[in-house]
Amino acid sequence: MSEPGLSARGLRVEFGLPGGRTARAVDSVNIRVAPGEVVALAGESGCGKTTLARALLGLERPTAGAISYDGTPLRYSTRALKAYRRSVQLVLQDPTGALNPRHTVYDAVAEGLRIHRIADNESDRVATALSHAGLRPAEKFFLAYPHELSGGQRQRVVIAGALVLDPKIIIADEPVASLDASVRGEILALLLRLRDEFGLGALVVTHDLGLAWSIADRIAVMYLGRIVEQGPAEQVLTDPQHPYTRALVSVLPDSPVPGPIVLSGEPPDATSIPAGCRFHPRCQVLASGAAEAAGVADQCRATPLPVLADDVGAGVSGDDPTRQVACHYAAAATRSEA
Amino acid sequence: MTLLEVRDLHVTYHSSRGVIPAVRGVDITVEPGQTLGVAGESGCGKSTLALALLRLLPKSAEVTGQVRLNGDDVLTMTWGQLRAVRWAGASIVFQGAMHSLNPVHRVARQIAEPILLHENVSEAEAHGRAVELLGQVGLPAWRARSYPHELSGGQRQRVMIAMALACEPDLIIADEATTALDVMVQAQVLDLIADLVAQRGVGLVMISHDLSVLSAHCQRVAVMYAGKVVELGAAHDVFADARHPYSDALASAFPVIGDVAARHRPRGLGGDPPDPADLPGGCSFHPRCPVAVAECRAAEPQLLPIGASPRLSACFVAQQGKPVRPGTVKEPVT
Repeated sequence: MSEPGLSARGLRVEFGLPGGRTARAVDSVNIRVAPGEVVALAGESGCGKTTLARALLGLERPTAGAISYDGTPLRYSTRALKAYRRSVQLVLQDPTGALNPRHTVYDAVAEGLRIHRIADNESDRVATALSHAGLRPAEKFFLAYPHELSGGQRQRVVIAGALVLDPKIIIADEPVASLDASVRGEILALLLRLRDEFGLGALVVTHDLGLAWSIADRIAVMYLGRIVEQGPAEQVLTDPQHPYTRALVSVLPDSPVPGPIVLSGEPPDATSIPAGCRFHPRCQVLASGAAEAAGVADQCRATPLPVLADDVGAGVSGDDPTRQVACHYAAAATRSEA
Repeated sequence: MTLLEVRDLHVTYHSSRGVIPAVRGVDITVEPGQTLGVAGESGCGKSTLALALLRLLPKSAEVTGQVRLNGDDVLTMTWGQLRAVRWAGASIVFQGAMHSLNPVHRVARQIAEPILLHENVSEAEAHGRAVELLGQVGLPAWRARSYPHELSGGQRQRVMIAMALACEPDLIIADEATTALDVMVQAQVLDLIADLVAQRGVGLVMISHDLSVLSAHCQRVAVMYAGKVVELGAAHDVFADARHPYSDALASAFPVIGDVAARHRPRGLGGDPPDPADLPGGCSFHPRCPVAVAECRAAEPQLLPIGASPRLSACFVAQQGKPVRPGTVKEPVT
């Protein structure tokens, strides 16, 4: 079966630490990014979202599981990775750090072409990429150095550097976090325009749910190495089912979730993932006794939850098969409704 | 008595790049138990303002105007008076807790230090107070013996807050105190600050680029751009219904979940905030302004009341009662 876009199945990334401990940074994840859709990967720092993004780019060898592009499994030979990265490109967080201050805009954008030995029409390709990234007329920017550009323009150059190879998917790790707030909207609008005009797919890694609300079609919320809730961004954000997502949304201003639900403590580390539901030590539903009343408290503490499938399959909310939640309490609530 | 009264504050840096006016005439007041947010982006002068409140700026900075804390002018007082005011009258919580804490001292000792300097207490007493303060910011007593590297980012920020509270100041200035923290930890720390303000009746000046956080945690907010306050009003009103095009753009950078108008429609401004060394003439926002008219290029607008509401805006368009959001107004381009 061939499915378009980028997908990962049963992906695990573990790091060995001194003292023989193992950090399970990504602990069984299924995720898919199809061309023409923006998927937000949200979670707190340390939840494994950046490791997952790096694994999807082939920068991190997974411990288990497979990544495939258009149905073809990713192989890790230098040649295979090079070919893969023509289709799947990275956009870095901090444009000032990502650009060499001594390289002109032209060199920065053409670098990908040179690495891939694409010599024909180099200047046309660079000009096209720059104008797709919203830097017009492109020729005016060819000889500019990064310090001569505004923060937003620098991020556009970084995006043009990714676009020059005509990728189908881009993976953007916090693409606007280092930009001034008033400039962010422009870069987000650019990502949406690329999606609409060229059918580009994007995985946007972010801790900012407001950003996810403004651009994402789908969202996956990650906690301690596992995706705990995913589905259409509108549904997940306005009516979150997982207690963790509910808490995250509730602390935002003017939130649709009554609250704020302020969780105590910080995410436990990936070397000692709690038994049962990995969120249970911080779960407000378990702490309030609601899980007990629903008769699932023992499951929360002891029974591990199944790994969510990538986009289709048995979701807990009956009306929409693509909405999925890894939570015993939410599952019990759906069963009792049915 | 007014707790903090800033009148016509100007701060000008003299550097190799020339004369840099970082703060250009700011007036703010904070009463006891009040919270004021100061919003703005890099280079708008908000951190310079924070430092000027306690006279922490380098000598090369030229400061004029008045900063009255409980009636005394911080800018003209003697060093002895100033030392008494710092920590005990007003204290600052800075952004980078990692860099503000001494890595080789246990946290209790660092919290006890200002107490020992300001009050005639024994070391044991000061240590006891430090442990008590840690409890108030939600850290267990055994954490008193920890070194900063043993704490998480949120815990370190709590230590900074405990330190700021050590001498029971009347005013707390929080400069991007929660910016580096995750949303959940940020919520914990902000709750803590809000509780302390409510319990002790201290005044709070909270500085951040995140207008949405300020709108949720402050009573009033002042939006700064290029060294001036461009809009001042009830925090939530400024966020939800801005009367300056810059505040509007800043607010839209933090969309509210569930707001259908923001869905798949990110809005932003072109260009960067201006270089304080090279400010545009007229209204300093006009080159990036989506609703600028000819007048904006010619003269600099004053911060004036808008309509009957207790709202001030330094925008000619808003002062004429017109909307400040593009698309809702058609002005001839001149």
